Amino acid sequence: MTYLAKPRLLADVQPKNALGFTRRDYEGAISTLCAGCGHDSTSAAIVQACFELDIEPHRVAKLSGIGCSSKTPDYFLGASHGFNSVHGRMPSVATGAALANRDLTYLGVSGDGDSASIGIGQFAHAMRRGVNMAYIVENNGVYGLTKGQFSATADKGSKSKKGVLNADSPIDLVALALQLGATYVARSFSGDKDQLVPLIKGALRHKGPAFIDVLSPCVTFNNHAGSTKSYDYVREHNEAVNRIEVIMARNAIEASYAPGSLRRVVQHDGSVLMLRKLGLDYDPTDRIGAMNHLHERNALGEIVTGLLYVDESAEDLHRHLNTVETPLNQLDDAELCPGNDLLQALNASLR
Amino acid sequence: MNSITATNDFVIKFANVNGSGSASANEMFARAIIRMGVPVSPRNIFPSNIQGMPTWYELRVSAAGWLGRRGGSDLMVALNPQTWDRDVAEIVPGGYLFYDSTRELPPSKFRDDINVIGIPLTAICAKEFKDPNQRRLFKNIMYVGALAALVDIELSVIEDLLAQQYRGKDQLIEGNRNAARIGYDYAKAHFACPLGIRVERADGVGDRIFIDGNSAAGLGAVYGGATVAAWYPITPSTSVIEAFTSYCRKYRTDPDSGAARYAIVQAEDELASIGMVIGAGWNGVRAFTATSGPGISLMQEFVGLSYFAEIPSVIVNVQRGGPSTGMPTRTQQSDLLLCAYASHGDTRHVLLLPEDPHECFTFTAQAFDLAERLQTPVFLMTDLDIGMNERLCKPFEWDDSRRYDRGKLMTAEELEAGKDFGRYLDADGDGIPYRTIPGTHPNKGAFFTRGTTRNAYAKYSEAGADYIYNMERLRRKFETAKTLVPAPIATPAAEPTRFGVIYYGSTSPAMAEALTLMAADGVHVDALRVRGFPFASEVDTFVEDHDVVFVVEQNESAQLRTLLINEGDLSPKKLVRVLHYDGTPITARFIAGAISDAIDDRKVQPIQTSMNR
Repeated sequence: MTYLAKPRLLADVQPKNALGFTRRDYEGAISTLCAGCGHDSTSAAIVQACFELDIEPHRVAKLSGIGCSSKTPDYFLGASHGFNSVHGRMPSVATGAALANRDLTYLGVSGDGDSASIGIGQFAHAMRRGVNMAYIVENNGVYGLTKGQFSATADKGSKSKKGVLNADSPIDLVALALQLGATYVARSFSGDKDQLVPLIKGALRHKGPAFIDVLSPCVTFNNHAGSTKSYDYVREHNEAVNRIEVIMARNAIEASYAPGSLRRVVQHDGSVLMLRKLGLDYDPTDRIGAMNHLHERNALGEIVTGLLYVDESAEDLHRHLNTVETPLNQLDDAELCPGNDLLQALNASLR
Repeated sequence: MNSITATNDFVIKFANVNGSGSASANEMFARAIIRMGVPVSPRNIFPSNIQGMPTWYELRVSAAGWLGRRGGSDLMVALNPQTWDRDVAEIVPGGYLFYDSTRELPPSKFRDDINVIGIPLTAICAKEFKDPNQRRLFKNIMYVGALAALVDIELSVIEDLLAQQYRGKDQLIEGNRNAARIGYDYAKAHFACPLGIRVERADGVGDRIFIDGNSAAGLGAVYGGATVAAWYPITPSTSVIEAFTSYCRKYRTDPDSGAARYAIVQAEDELASIGMVIGAGWNGVRAFTATSGPGISLMQEFVGLSYFAEIPSVIVNVQRGGPSTGMPTRTQQSDLLLCAYASHGDTRHVLLLPEDPHECFTFTAQAFDLAERLQTPVFLMTDLDIGMNERLCKPFEWDDSRRYDRGKLMTAEELEAGKDFGRYLDADGDGIPYRTIPGTHPNKGAFFTRGTTRNAYAKYSEAGADYIYNMERLRRKFETAKTLVPAPIATPAAEPTRFGVIYYGSTSPAMAEALTLMAADGVHVDALRVRGFPFASEVDTFVEDHDVVFVVEQNESAQLRTLLINEGDLSPKKLVRVLHYDGTPITARFIAGAISDAIDDRKVQPIQTSMNR
């Protein structure tokens, strides 16, 4: 996206958030992806979302697998620890990290090859296990780094750059996430920042497995006629069910919309999701309804976007395991080691 | 017929059907002999099955304290019709056969060179107990009672054990005591008690404890400060996590909130298990997994990441028979090379080699210090023989002044003070870099962890110089590891000798006995038990100091020997294979026989010829 380093001098005149950080404080290294890559727009949306949420950058841990999308955590949140793990296995690494310290915010970035092919098992189990993380898949239907092979999300009948038709049925990660117990499920488009930024904000504030499928076109290998993951195709078939706005608990909620067109969802941490309905009467707290709607619209060739499902009373893995409030990585020796007296008592019982 | 007569020195084998509830009765019998002050070593021989298949419990009673498997059965408790013929055939001439005589068997089913003790267990149970489930379970306790009379174990010892086992459940205690008494009285009334083989009160156990290696490893993980365990069920390692879970509940539940100071996740597979361990280790806790060979095969890619990205992880490998699914319920030491060099590219890993439950506890706790100090995967290489059998061993000890060695963790204060942080920089010359954990400091010390090559400051780099710097540093780190792993233990022979033997792990009790057997025959061999990899320099010196060194291990391809040659630049000609790999635990008789034969051969041949098998 950007090949020239931005001059530092401008930083002073940039707007600051409540913590005194500028957007620049949430940026990372310069992207090495292709000019026009959807993933860079998603990185920019993550930067914007973290800036607007007043997150301390170092309190975020960003994790990824392998592939173009998985390179992106290097390009945002430079003051955060990042972990570019192994192909398809980010979910397990993120699970372990989340177990170790429940106080950080976990952001996983993956791709359709990483999460729908090699890593579909780990994706599925992270969702059903209830790992407290925002899980973003940058979905372009194609393997970029290895030059244009179909991925498992490529639609049946879509055409590769070389003219090959895809005969395999696609995997819809949103449908899977809904079925497997994700408690915040959304789909968006990297080219629609207004929709994407609030969805990422909501996911970062969600306590539980939050999944966002971001259609993120590959300009080099999958942006041609015949592709169903191109900029043009996604724009033409995008059917948004709602628009959301994330309002932090401490901010006053301004009702600037006509009564009845807004729905208010309060998340666990007190943040409020204001959902503006678009046309049809869509209920994002109805999981079965969401699955039905998704399948109906999919059959018509439409790409349903927006906040598709949210569970206001979501629980996470730590709750299931009843772990202590203190992060496990801050427990000291005395809290961990039972000591010699108890060991001698145990010895006595083993004789 | 000459009946075997032996006091405190014999082998009893129980032939049961698995799922019949016999395991706890057999274990109680073993414990009763220990309470009589006599050392025993039991071994479970069981199938990969839940119900209906044959299972054996082989109990060696040894006043001398030999804990290895002996072989042969002096008393067969034959309770499985399915395996009757082979069980009867296995009894040593002059030995004893104990069986349920409810159903009459033709004389052809017996041998005339053994003593036969038939007790109608099923018939007595049918008469005494109404409930079918009680009949089945009490039958087991009844044979324990009968055997107690036959080999002269005090009934009160059995009664005390029952009271202890069912503490708080008075009805169960009384029912079980009654069953034991019925068996005991029946044997006393119908047979000349005791038999030629008998137990006599002794003082041979001392303060030793009786526990299986997997429980000890699980306990070691609690004492070692592990808070995250991720695992996938696999025989024979499952009970490591089960033990960790129950010890955590007992010792790591917050007294005020009742919340857990630990997190245990049953993962979807071994890839996810090790992935979680690495994620947790990266984020600053002590994390581990337990698995066996097939699980290690699946973990290869992640082990390479843990090695190369330098993230602490602990892997307990309870080895079983390989390759592939192999012999899931039999023992072997056949994952040594798999673990020493796990993953693609140039990797090498720290291995700890415990001999018994005591060392399973100590080494597991130590593994977490080593993993954090060295920022690398550490394998605890135990096996089914140690892991799934109860063994008499030294009691556990913990020094309360000991503090966990968290290794080179750079703090927020150090970063604030401007200390140079290069994640992969060899700041101290020992090959070990400093690390930070996520969230340490608002704007210093963050870095991007990756499996790709990078420079000393964690920036992506495929430059040759950066790569070589890193690989040489990793080599230095491995040299540092040599000084940190448990040192080998030497057992010098009574007389000077040019013969040596190197061994490890579960071979230990059989080796101790073999050395005594050989010495009694005038065959003197210096012994060295290796306890860690990379090998300390003493190992090389030991080989250099002897003309011939036998390498005794329980696999087909002589993996320890390969590792010695590969890492120590030792002469292959000096190192003679002694290999036992049929899935049963190695015996003293096997070791002494193989070494004595090889030495005899050698005496008529010039020393230069190859001893290699």
